[in-house]
Amino acid sequence: MNKITKHNYKQYVYEMSPKSSHFKNLFWAFTVGGAICCVGQAFIELYTYVGVEKQLASALASATLVLITALLTGFGVYDKLGRFAGAGSTIPITGFSNAVVSPALEFRSEGYIYGLGAKMFLIAGPVIVNGVLFSTIIAFITMIFGG
Amino acid sequence: MAIAFLKAFLVGGAICMAGQLIINFTHLTNGKLLVLFLVTGAVLQGFGLYEKLIEFAGAGASIPICGFGCALVQGAVEAVRTDGWIGAFTGGLSRCALGIAVAIVSGYIVAIIFRPHTKKN
Amino acid sequence: MSYYKNRTLTFKNSYVSDGYTVAGPKENDGRLRGCFDLSLSSDMFGEKTFEKAERRMFEHAISSAIAKANLTIDHIDAVFGGDLLNQIVSCSFAMRNIHTGFFGLYNACATFVESLILGSGMLNNGLENVLCVSGSHFSTAERQYRYPLELGVLRSPVTQWTATGVGCTVLTSSPELKCPRITHATVGRVVDYGVMDTNNMGAAMAPAAVDTLVTFLHDTESKSTDYDLIATGDLGKLGGDIFVDLLQRQGIDIRGRHIDCGAYLYFDSQQTYQGGSGAACSALVFNSMILNDINKGKYNKVLLIGTGALMSPTTSFQGETIPAIAHLVEIDRR
Repeated sequence: MNKITKHNYKQYVYEMSPKSSHFKNLFWAFTVGGAICCVGQAFIELYTYVGVEKQLASALASATLVLITALLTGFGVYDKLGRFAGAGSTIPITGFSNAVVSPALEFRSEGYIYGLGAKMFLIAGPVIVNGVLFSTIIAFITMIFGG
Repeated sequence: MAIAFLKAFLVGGAICMAGQLIINFTHLTNGKLLVLFLVTGAVLQGFGLYEKLIEFAGAGASIPICGFGCALVQGAVEAVRTDGWIGAFTGGLSRCALGIAVAIVSGYIVAIIFRPHTKKN
Repeated sequence: MSYYKNRTLTFKNSYVSDGYTVAGPKENDGRLRGCFDLSLSSDMFGEKTFEKAERRMFEHAISSAIAKANLTIDHIDAVFGGDLLNQIVSCSFAMRNIHTGFFGLYNACATFVESLILGSGMLNNGLENVLCVSGSHFSTAERQYRYPLELGVLRSPVTQWTATGVGCTVLTSSPELKCPRITHATVGRVVDYGVMDTNNMGAAMAPAAVDTLVTFLHDTESKSTDYDLIATGDLGKLGGDIFVDLLQRQGIDIRGRHIDCGAYLYFDSQQTYQGGSGAACSALVFNSMILNDINKGKYNKVLLIGTGALMSPTTSFQGETIPAIAHLVEIDRR
């Protein structure tokens, strides 16, 4: 048996570690992610049916999902979904909502200003920051090149 | 209409599965994954591609966080057309203001009403 | 107190008088069901926040341990203890109501064994009774080290579960009755084998545990077969396997006499993946099961190795590897 040193330890640990079951993870990510999008589609159809204009219907559907997820997070349900769905519950807009609400809940014990207020965007903050940054840059680039 | 749901399910599921594939192989954390997909959506829309996917798949493309990135860019680019360079700063956030404000307000109210639950497993 | 050799210390009069444990609901559903002195039905312990609950668990464990050993607070010369929270607030704040000397310690999950070593050392230097306490709480640790509780994330299969509980040991230098003795201790070195994955703390800590055990066996010129039980703190299943395997590669076979407190605490069906972690693991298992079994005569000589991963979220975000430490005590039934 070869000796384990600092240099080959990482490789050794990798070989000893149990692997994520890829198939199961991917299956649930696909199913849950797809299902959430279907719920979103249902709201889009509903809002267009009552006569809302298409682009607004899409935004309203996202907002509805955000609201529902906020409630599910409060009831302690959404984290159970994330336990097996992984990216299937993270990537849809519901994951963004969960990332806003969960730190707000957690840090309320530190007060409404420095706790809830300051920590609300602990995880989702980078999304807003990068989103605004990139959209502004891209808009400038298209302005310069696309005219 | 059934076709629209099928498209939403397949495209939305595929995007989420791609995210899970990245997690499985790189151990990326949640925040980084969200940012990665957001920026991907924004850049694709920069080339005018992502809105074509939304036209095709509806909620399947607009509900994943890349749709959020796309909407930011759409808003900013359109505002540039109407308001000039200042639109690049105002357009993105005003387009997405609904979602963000709903998240903040509902998050605030939920945090007041509920308490965090401990986990069983 | 004289140095035996190198890092191994010898104690002449450090006796384990009694132990007291408070455990959370999930821990009481595990393998040690019914072994704890107090098991909580809710990890809120009737308080408003998880932090307050952890603090109350410390207060309760310390005062009950003193009562269980038939002592009063005036008999206790000093308390050695710590927990996982920043600035070890749980233990320190609990000490507001317990008016005696206090040494606040932090060696992550190795804190319990560290407190046993320092307590024993102070007994050798003339103190009569000292108290060693350590504990952790899942919900407070989760928020500080990982994510908010309600955030939906997929847990990696190498993760462990922070145990909720507090274990408290009363050490005395002049026991009235026959009780187990702490005879030797080996102080750990900080060992870093370059593990970056904060989910995989067992793998980060295993080399430190190996280093300490090998040093101990070398210093005391003893063999692993001299001991009935070698208990590691919270390496978890994976870390425990690595620990046993690394020792085997050095020609030390501990199979059949090794348990890992963290892995032992839960059943597989409780979905903790690699078992428990946290400062509570070694404190809970030692003060409930191991101490009982020593007193009943099941074990004569026991090695307890507390293992700690010394990282913080800041260092992880800055891309640092995880340094680890392992302290060892030898407990002898006499």
